[in-house]
Amino acid sequence: MIEVRDLTVRYGPSTVLHDVSFTVAEGESFALVGESGSGKSTILKALAGQVDDWSGHMALAGQPIARRRSRAQAAQVQMVFQDPYGSLHPRRTVDDTLAEPLSIHGLPDHDARVLAMLDAVGLARRFRFRLPHQLSGGQRQRVAIARALMLQPRVLLLDEPTSALDVSVQAEILNLLKRLRAEQGLTFLLVTHDLPVVSFLCERLAVLRSGRVVETADVALLRKGRLTSAYGQELLERSEGRTR
Amino acid sequence: MTLLSVQDLRVSFPDRSGGRVEVVRGLSFDLGRERLGIVGESGSGKSMTGRAVMGLIAPPGRVTARRMEFDGIDLTRLPEKGYRALRGARMSMVLQDPKFSLNPVIRIGDQIAEALEFHTRLSARARRAKVLEALEAVRIEDPERVARLFPHEVSGGMGQRVMIAMMVVLEPALMIADEPTSALDVSVREQVLAIMDDLVRRRGMGLMLISHDLNMVARWCDRILVMFNGEVVEEIGPGALHAARHPYTRGLVASLPRLDEDRAELPVLDRAALGAGT
Repeated sequence: MIEVRDLTVRYGPSTVLHDVSFTVAEGESFALVGESGSGKSTILKALAGQVDDWSGHMALAGQPIARRRSRAQAAQVQMVFQDPYGSLHPRRTVDDTLAEPLSIHGLPDHDARVLAMLDAVGLARRFRFRLPHQLSGGQRQRVAIARALMLQPRVLLLDEPTSALDVSVQAEILNLLKRLRAEQGLTFLLVTHDLPVVSFLCERLAVLRSGRVVETADVALLRKGRLTSAYGQELLERSEGRTR
Repeated sequence: MTLLSVQDLRVSFPDRSGGRVEVVRGLSFDLGRERLGIVGESGSGKSMTGRAVMGLIAPPGRVTARRMEFDGIDLTRLPEKGYRALRGARMSMVLQDPKFSLNPVIRIGDQIAEALEFHTRLSARARRAKVLEALEAVRIEDPERVARLFPHEVSGGMGQRVMIAMMVVLEPALMIADEPTSALDVSVREQVLAIMDDLVRRRGMGLMLISHDLNMVARWCDRILVMFNGEVVEEIGPGALHAARHPYTRGLVASLPRLDEDRAELPVLDRAALGAGT
């Protein structure tokens, strides 16, 4: 579903991704882990078309990604951001936020689609005309997920979707993502620093460091604590420290 | 020895209908020269507890307590002027995000020196020596250089160490750290905690570590108070997190994904049931 080969990204004089390659099968959930500055979010940005200076090869559903992508191709990939407080327009209602992608892509039946999506992400219909500040963090993140799903994408790019949330709310959102993926046959590309979240939500992962993939592994190895790269082990040890 | 003794602490704010909402509801605890963790989720009242102790809740917020005593000083009757003499000198607070809590236009060394200027009569030269010493204490390798930098010129982890240096430069007896590592990268979190821990042990400070991160608090504290809805629902001893008894604490522990995760779904807190229970 996602194919990335020798992707190199530069911001001005500095190269932030060096020849990154990985593939994600249709319906698979794939994680990119590493610390800040490792380039994991840049990969999502490149796939979402927010990076200009890149070279290499990227393809979605077999179609190479061109510099200027078609509307249909843009609709295929949608993104959910980390901070539900920063990613929703403070003066637009939930309804405005969810209907906007429909208007841009010229799709009909706004009412029916918005209501169906509220149901799908577990938000009561009475929240439809609320503003973001009238919602809790977890509800906002549900809106952000709903917005990403409005165009019926095949790929969801998730950038630390639960790290700004409380533990119990994180569990609700993780369950929601897992259910939506099963229901809609979505492909996930998840960026996180939280290894247990990877164990819960993903099948494979790539470990990034300083813009390079140092290891690609099956989640089974992660669960057993047996990543092979030295850096992967280092991340595991820190995570053990955190979760013991 | 008890450093801080709090009994029946209540913090309230006015609500829209003219009444008051209590966000901390009758909290009691004693803190010695130890590491006390306070955990809870957003809205549990944990940050308000720390702020109330520091005297940082401004009207219309209201703080009452049957007893709130710090090192023999009755905080409930302490005027603002008295508090000013305490804050930064005898008790200090480390906040979540160094990006927002350091002054962006003052050099790091000068910011740390400000507390010394305010609270002591040290000469400029002695102040400078103290500042470098404090930066060294938080394991900054090149204190001379860092002291000359502005906050935006250092990383988040370094910024947080600068904050801690600022808070310990006068060797306070009590340090309140409110989510001190939440804005930091995982790789530097442990470092920052280790530095705080070391300072607490070596200087015999009392530490109140406020966080939503159960596991982190469980690993770094001698005792943990679990807060829910403005009340302490449970006190947990060291390493006893998984023996927690209260349904809220157990719910939180269960809802965390694990590294060897094989559950199809994570259990979710039943807030309605908890609300009815408390």
